Amino acid sequence: MNNNDKLIIGGHEFNSRFILGSGKYSLRLIEAAVKDAGAEIITLAVRRANTKERENILDFIPKGVTLLPNTSGARNAEEAVRIARLARELGCGDFVKIEVMRDSKYLLPDNQETVRATEILAKEGFVVMPYMYPDLNTARDLMNAGAATVMPLASPIGSNKGLATKEFIQILIDEIDLPIIVDAGIGRPSQACEAMEMGAAAVMANTALATAGELSMMAAAFRQAIEAGRKAYLSGLGRVLTRGASASDPLTGFLRD
Amino acid sequence: MENNFFIDSEYLSEEALEKKHRLETDPSSRKNHMEYLPGMEKIESDVCENVMAHMKSYDYGKYTPEDVKAALEHENCTVEDFKALLSPAAEPFLEQMAQRARTETGKHFGNTVYMFTPLYIANYCENYCVYCGFNCYNHIKRMKLTYEQIEKEMKIIAESGMEEILILTGESRSQSSVKYIGEACKLARKYFRMVGLEIYPVNTDEYKYLHECGADYVTVFQETYDSDKYEQLHLLGHKRVWPYRFDAQERALRGGMRGVAFSALLGLSDFRKDALASALHVYFLQRKYPYAEMSLSCPRLRPIINNDKINPLDVHEKQLCQILCAYRIFLPFVGITVSSRESAEFRNGIVKIAATKVSAGVSTGIGDHEAKYSGKESDGMSGDEQFEIDDGRSLDKMYKDIENEGLQPVLNDYLYV
Repeated sequence: MNNNDKLIIGGHEFNSRFILGSGKYSLRLIEAAVKDAGAEIITLAVRRANTKERENILDFIPKGVTLLPNTSGARNAEEAVRIARLARELGCGDFVKIEVMRDSKYLLPDNQETVRATEILAKEGFVVMPYMYPDLNTARDLMNAGAATVMPLASPIGSNKGLATKEFIQILIDEIDLPIIVDAGIGRPSQACEAMEMGAAAVMANTALATAGELSMMAAAFRQAIEAGRKAYLSGLGRVLTRGASASDPLTGFLRD
Repeated sequence: MENNFFIDSEYLSEEALEKKHRLETDPSSRKNHMEYLPGMEKIESDVCENVMAHMKSYDYGKYTPEDVKAALEHENCTVEDFKALLSPAAEPFLEQMAQRARTETGKHFGNTVYMFTPLYIANYCENYCVYCGFNCYNHIKRMKLTYEQIEKEMKIIAESGMEEILILTGESRSQSSVKYIGEACKLARKYFRMVGLEIYPVNTDEYKYLHECGADYVTVFQETYDSDKYEQLHLLGHKRVWPYRFDAQERALRGGMRGVAFSALLGLSDFRKDALASALHVYFLQRKYPYAEMSLSCPRLRPIINNDKINPLDVHEKQLCQILCAYRIFLPFVGITVSSRESAEFRNGIVKIAATKVSAGVSTGIGDHEAKYSGKESDGMSGDEQFEIDDGRSLDKMYKDIENEGLQPVLNDYLYV
């Protein structure tokens, strides 16, 4: 792969386009994500990092890996802002993934509150990566609010249902001048590959790995799928016939000048 | 078969005994259990009505193996599917239900199992609930911890590594006032990341106060959702008021609590109807308060001091497992807590299927953590237990056992904001 093909988020460069999501946490999962999937960014829920000595989860994070604390548990913008500030105090750096959820059943993000939190935190110098429901207007608002990326969900978190929102993610990729990172719902490497072919800048996954039979093999599969999808995107996808056959005689063949 | 709950203590005066017997035998001597007492807040809500309509019409005998198979095939479990899964027709499908439950648990919780411990700070009680060790006619050693004693207990528990605590009291407003409980919450915030409460139901403004003191999760067991049966088991005291108890979780959420927990005490009444009502209580409240976190418990009746014969009757481990699998399939996003009332073997097995939270290092007595945790001789200054526990594992032992099952023990996943 082209060595100059870097993922750039808020001025920081990354070689890997796989990001480990939070949620299901274990030392084995982090090891596999770094070693086998090549992850350079690992998400960590601040609420999980908020532990005492017995299991200081920050100790699990290998050196050289960028920590992406998220604000899970926040029910509105104010709570997200407070959690982000706490992450900074805990020594988690300036990256923050905004998650604002007002729904405990599907854990769908609240776009409006997410825009508000992004605005506040971007002003405070955070590299803000907002998790959102793929809506073009919200994505534009997030960009204007100072987001470093936009992270649309592929399908409900933990569902492993893949790119249920594909058409809308494609619109974001086409219209938004920020890296679009597909987050939540990616259940298989083939789905990650598809997102990358579409032009996504990176893919985030957790449950798909955490619940796999062979953790490290699945991690490696994700790495390969993401690399394959990225290569396909960079090479320019060939003609894809989506419907019917193509006319061998062009309809516009009659035009003379 | 029925439990015999009526035990006369030799320490009761003749007058007290006479009143006790009258309450037990003459329904007209008891207060109306559907009528609010002065000071009890009444909120407008249709949740109870919805739950009761389903419970009353639930005829679990009508479900067939085909209904159960269909329920297991559906991607989303409907209320009707859930009713089939709770029915006797589902009993032969327990293994399939467990497989499905495990998949759902994995999707929502991964391999994590949360841990907590209860801390009883007082066992005074003004109610006569016939199955409970704390009931006001039961002759037990009563105690209420001072703030110094509470802090001492908390320190000992915190030193064991525990980060989540559930504060409990007997149901006595006069002995364990809201202010007293609030002070305990403030102390708990110093030593723990997560503070839950299991106390008598209170009004919205009192929940708000307790939330401001640091509590963020409220557990109220309805005991039984069959209000007629409830009336026969809760003979005296404010706990007798069934509808005020039903609305407790809703008041707690209105008071600002992050989450609420629910349960029936299995073995008191028709367990299939109680399980249905418990889950629907969650279901309807979640629709109304979608941001709230919710969890279900599944306590079965246990022996108490002075009555070691109490048992959960027809709710055997298989039935309990069926209920928990059905809960998980119907409400995949809710927490499920399994307490130390159950054996170590059962808890080790059920965390692999449906449960997401277990207690460890448990005492249901008052002020005895030092003796229990360090093996130090008790100074005799402790209060008696609410019920006998089964699984006495310490935090360390539990932590290791969970890891050995291939799961990830989690001491905290919570932030007070």
